[in-house]
Amino acid sequence: MEEQKKMNFVSSFHNRSTNLRGQRRVGEMIIQGLLFLSGFVSIFITLGIVYELGKEALLFFQMPEVSILESLTSIQWQPHTGNFGIWPLVTATLMTTIIAMSIAIPLGLAVAIYLSEYATPKARNILKPILEVLAGVPTIVYGYFALTFMTPLLRSIFGKDVVEIYNTASAGLVMGILILPLITSMTEDALSAVPRSLKEAAYGMGGTRLEVALQVIVPAALSGIAAAIIIGISRAIGETMIVAVAAGAGPRFTLNPFKGAETITGHIVRISGGDLSYDSIDYNSIFALGLLLFIITFTLNIISQGIVRRFREVYE
Amino acid sequence: MKEKIIHSDYNVNIKGRRRTGSIWRWILQLSTIIGIIALITLLLNIINGAFGYVALEAKVDPATLAVNGVPLEEQSKEQLIDVLRSNLSSGAFNKLEHDQPFAERSRANVYQLVIERIVKYDIKASWQLWDSLTRASEIKATVAQDYPNAQLRFISWFTTDFVSRPQSSEALTAGVRTAILGSLWTILFTVLLAFPLGVGAAIYLEEYATDNWLNRLIRTNINNLAGVPSIVYGILGLAIFVRTLEPLTSGAIFGVVDPTTANGRTVLAAGLTLGLLVLPIMIINAQEAIRAVPQSLRKASYGLGATKWQTVWSHVLPNALPGILTGTILAISRAIGETAPLVVVGASTAISFDPASPFSKFTTLPIQIYQWTSRPQDEFRSLAAAAILVLLIILLSLNASAILFRNRFSRRL
Repeated sequence: MEEQKKMNFVSSFHNRSTNLRGQRRVGEMIIQGLLFLSGFVSIFITLGIVYELGKEALLFFQMPEVSILESLTSIQWQPHTGNFGIWPLVTATLMTTIIAMSIAIPLGLAVAIYLSEYATPKARNILKPILEVLAGVPTIVYGYFALTFMTPLLRSIFGKDVVEIYNTASAGLVMGILILPLITSMTEDALSAVPRSLKEAAYGMGGTRLEVALQVIVPAALSGIAAAIIIGISRAIGETMIVAVAAGAGPRFTLNPFKGAETITGHIVRISGGDLSYDSIDYNSIFALGLLLFIITFTLNIISQGIVRRFREVYE
Repeated sequence: MKEKIIHSDYNVNIKGRRRTGSIWRWILQLSTIIGIIALITLLLNIINGAFGYVALEAKVDPATLAVNGVPLEEQSKEQLIDVLRSNLSSGAFNKLEHDQPFAERSRANVYQLVIERIVKYDIKASWQLWDSLTRASEIKATVAQDYPNAQLRFISWFTTDFVSRPQSSEALTAGVRTAILGSLWTILFTVLLAFPLGVGAAIYLEEYATDNWLNRLIRTNINNLAGVPSIVYGILGLAIFVRTLEPLTSGAIFGVVDPTTANGRTVLAAGLTLGLLVLPIMIINAQEAIRAVPQSLRKASYGLGATKWQTVWSHVLPNALPGILTGTILAISRAIGETAPLVVVGASTAISFDPASPFSKFTTLPIQIYQWTSRPQDEFRSLAAAAILVLLIILLSLNASAILFRNRFSRRL
């Protein structure tokens, strides 16, 4: 009896202090649950975007004035006359994007290669913050820049008859400046991730600095560079304030970069500028356009991540 | 023969390769310089817009308002009130008194009223800084010829008055106080939403999440959300916060509906929308900060018998906090500069009163810049330039504090 009691005491003592099994801790489980929920919120946001945009976009396509076939074939977007051809908005978006990328890709890659392969550490320490500043400037400031600097510049070069006050060229060029630091910093990350041994080996073979950079390092970092370019394109398509300020107000089907035209994003901003009444055709149309925008950029982002994952050169 | 070709190829190539190398080096350098020039041009262009000559025509010449030889600028508050009383209809004067008693108004405010209501400057033309400096005599001649009644004044649109005055439809008396306060209110709710959720999600992903499909999905999804255009968040905010949650965002369920906002287009809705927008950035930044905490710290904590949460709360978080705060500041500076989603959510175009509660109508600094930029008159472009200077100064000080934070932190570890 006495022995038993002692045993019990001992075992309970052991139980309390040296039980190596984990205990159920309700508080910790609640906390873990909350943390999981906050992680899960991002999924909710995506679902929310898809659901809300999809729902209203569906309403849009159910409206008697709208037909999907017409949307995809017509080259007129005039909500008030019942014309909902998506092409004027799409061509304007493509134009600003192409102009922007034709500035941002070559310049961005060149700056990245210069920074990672040529610049002295001292120069890099000065140049990188400058690029970060450029990346941190709000897009509305670029919009102001496009309207008050780039447009007058283009008009003085090409003539006021050729270049309208609002034009896609000016918006696209400034957008290129906006996207340049994005492409530069992503490309530079990719370049600096290439192992040093590869570079040293190339130098050992007698390669010049340029040959090592272009024939060894850039190919090795190609997946990262491709991802950077795709992210840049996605950013250009979704960019709003520059085109809202400088590209023009009013959908127009034109391929002339010196004429005003409205992009998808620019149209959304102009339409929702006033107090938009719910369930009007304008209200529903911005959801349809938003959904289009979301699908395009989301797909581009996934492609970019896929490229990084699939084509990454793995070095031990 | 064959051997000779190889030999000569080898020799010739070196020179050619070197030359190609130096040409390309020059091209690469040039590209970098172009980038820097772009930034400098951007800044100079803004400064150029924020100062310059203005040709003003007064409806009532201020000189005629002098009392006993004391010019308008030097009159006391009481004298200015007398000027108002004698020049305005009694109805208009009483309305001013009713809006805010004159006893409570500052001298600057009364002076502003005199300028706005009686003198009524009309801007006939305005010039930017570069023109004002290089073509001053030409401008003077033009003004003398075209607007004989106008006076030419060199104006700095960017002044301390500009920061402290409320928004107004008159370019000369417009300021950005309303917009700055609107931005601050909005950011408050952005942080309240994004900080706890972002840090929570980051802790989950870094400390708790195992490598299964769901957590991989969450990770991929966060990266994708960071790339979604901001305007899409605006549309989402319009659908969820403004429309669906209108009772909450307009304050109806708290019974404090602001009479001017019968709908959900409020500070709260705007703040929450921006909160969703910066959440992915917040999570990614916080994840990096948490990942930077050395594994040895966690191991030591577990070795002493701490539970997972105890380890996270007492060891990981305190060490990651400077990094998390740096990330938060960067997320805030992103949110402060956002325009497009707020236009969609329904920022008000012209409000001259300060936001007073989460349920007030709002305007923010970038929205104000957008509106001024979109107006055709040059003087509003100048106002936009001055407002951009204010915005950039705010952002610059935020970023500087983030960098200081980061440096301090990296020295400590």
